[in-house]
Amino acid sequence: MENILNWISDNQQIIYIVILMIFVGIEVIGRVPSVLHTPLMSGANAIHGVVIIGAIIVMGKAESDNYLALILGFLAVILGTLNVVGGFVVTDRMLEMFKKKK
Amino acid sequence: MQLNLLTICYLIASVTFILGLKMLSNPASARKGNLVAAAGMTIAIIGTIFLYESEGQRLHNYGWIFGGLLIGGIVGTLAAKKVKMTAMPEMVSLFNGMGGACAALISAAEFYHIYKVHQDAPGTAFYDIVSVGTYITIAAETIIGTISYTGSIIAWGKLNGRVKDYSFKGQHIVNMIVLLLTLVAAVFAYRSTLDSIFIPFILIGFFAFIYGILFVMPIGGADMPVVISLLNSFTGVAAACGGFLYDNKAMLTGGILVGAAGTLLTILMCKAMNRSLTNVLIGSFGGGNKTAGAATGKAQGNYKEISLADAAMLMSYANKVMIVPGYGLAVAQAQHTCHELEKILEEKGVEFKYAIHPVAGRMPGHMNVLLAEADVPYEKLLEMEQANDEFKTCDVVLILGANDVVNPAAKNDPSSPIYGMPILEVEQAKTVIVNKRSMKPGYAGIENDLFFQPKTSMLFGDAKKVLQDLCAEVKAV
Repeated sequence: MENILNWISDNQQIIYIVILMIFVGIEVIGRVPSVLHTPLMSGANAIHGVVIIGAIIVMGKAESDNYLALILGFLAVILGTLNVVGGFVVTDRMLEMFKKKK
Repeated sequence: MQLNLLTICYLIASVTFILGLKMLSNPASARKGNLVAAAGMTIAIIGTIFLYESEGQRLHNYGWIFGGLLIGGIVGTLAAKKVKMTAMPEMVSLFNGMGGACAALISAAEFYHIYKVHQDAPGTAFYDIVSVGTYITIAAETIIGTISYTGSIIAWGKLNGRVKDYSFKGQHIVNMIVLLLTLVAAVFAYRSTLDSIFIPFILIGFFAFIYGILFVMPIGGADMPVVISLLNSFTGVAAACGGFLYDNKAMLTGGILVGAAGTLLTILMCKAMNRSLTNVLIGSFGGGNKTAGAATGKAQGNYKEISLADAAMLMSYANKVMIVPGYGLAVAQAQHTCHELEKILEEKGVEFKYAIHPVAGRMPGHMNVLLAEADVPYEKLLEMEQANDEFKTCDVVLILGANDVVNPAAKNDPSSPIYGMPILEVEQAKTVIVNKRSMKPGYAGIENDLFFQPKTSMLFGDAKKVLQDLCAEVKAV
C-alpha cells in the first residue's frame, strides 16, 4: 500500500498530465462531423507515431556491441518512422480531396 | 542549456498535437491541422536526435538512427502516395500496426537493457530491481503494443479480403483465457529471477500476439473501422507508456491524447451506426449468431431484373436521380464513371444527387473522399437526413453496391441484427434500381427485403462496367 502511495507521489506530475490530457483529448474532438471521422482517425494515428522518440532513444543509448538492442532499436525506428511519415502523408492525401470542393 | 532547449521542443510538439487534433475536427482547417501536427512531430524528432542526453551522455549510433529514419521515411511516403483511395482504410490500419510494433519493440529493448545493467547478479528477483509502477508500464507497453500490432494486421487483411471472418463456439471464453494467460505471464515474469526471465517475457509477447489475432478475427468486415479506431487508441496508450518510461512529455501527451480522442472517436463511430461498442466487439455481425440465422432463414422472394436499356431510359426521362454509393462502387473504382453519368444526365436536364450514408463503404466518410476524388461537387453529396427528405421527390434511385445501409429490416424487423441502425429510406422513391454483383447478402450477412419489393429492380454486374454501359445507353437515348 505504502509502495503505491509513494509511487503516486513520486510521479504526480505525470499523473496530472495523464488526467488532463484525457479531458483535452475528449474535448478537442467532441464535435467532429462524421465525414471527418476517417481523416481524424488517420491523423491521430500519425500522432501516436510519437513513439518514434522512444525508439530513437533506445537506439541512441545502445552500446555499439550490444547487437540485440541495436537490432531491436533499428527495427523500432523503421516501424515508428513508417507510422509517422505514412500516417501524415495518407491523412494529407485524404484531406486534399476535401479541399478541392471549394 | 541543451536539455532546456529539448524541453521547449517537446512543449511545442505537445501543443501542436492538441492544436492539430482540434483543427482536424473541422473541415475548413483539417488539412492545416495535419500539417501543424506533422511540423510539431518533426521538431520533437530532430530535437531528440541532437539534444537528448541521458546521464550526461549524448545519443550515439547516428548511422543506425538516420538509416532507420531514411528507410522508414521513404517506404512510408511511397506506400502512402501509391495507395489507391479505395484502399485508404487498410493503409491506416497497417500504419497503426507499425506504431504498435514499434512500442512493443521499445519495451523489449528496455527489458533487455534492465537485464544488461544488472547482469552481474543473475540471482536477483526482478521485483527487487524495478518498482511495480515501472514494471506495469513496461509490461503494458509490451502487451498493448503487441495486441495493437497483430490486431491491426488482421484488420488490414480483412479489409483487403485476404483474411476471412472466422469464429468458433466459445471463442469469447478462449479469448478471455488467452488474455488471462498474458497477465499471468506478466506477473510470473515480475517474480522471476534475472537469469530465468527470458521465457516468461517471451510468453507475455506470445500470448498478447495470439490475443490480438483472436480479438479481431470474429468481428465482421463492416465493423473494421470501429476496430481500427479502437486499436488506434490502444497504440496511443502504448506510446504513452513509453513516455512514462523515459519521462518524456511529448510521448506522454501525444499518446494519451490519441488514446482519449481515439476512444471517443470509436464511440462516435459506433453511434453513427447506432450500435454500442460491446455490441460490435462481442455480438459481431459476421459471428453467425441466432438472430442472423433467423433472418437468413426467411424464404427468398422473387426479384426482377432490369435491362441496361430500360434503366437508361428510366433515368433519362426522370426529373431527379439519386445515387446511393456503397462498397461495391469503391471496389469497382467506379467513382469517375459515376461522375461521368452525372454529367451526361445533367446535360439532359436531370437533377442528380448522391445520398451518402455515414458508414457507407468501409469507413465513415469513405464515400465522400472517393467522390471528391472524382471531382463531384460538394453540394451534390447529401447527408443521410437530407437525403431521406429528398427521396420522396425522387424518380429513380440507383444503388451502387450498397446493401445493409438501405435494408428496411433495420427499421421494421426487431429481430434483425442491424435493427435500429439508421438507414437511407430509398423505398420512398418512385423506382429503385439496385446494382450488385450477385444476390449475395452484404456484410451483415442478412437478406435485404428491399430487393424483393415491387418497385425494385436488379441490375447485376460490376459497378464500373454497368455505369460505363449506362453512360453509353443514356447518350444514345
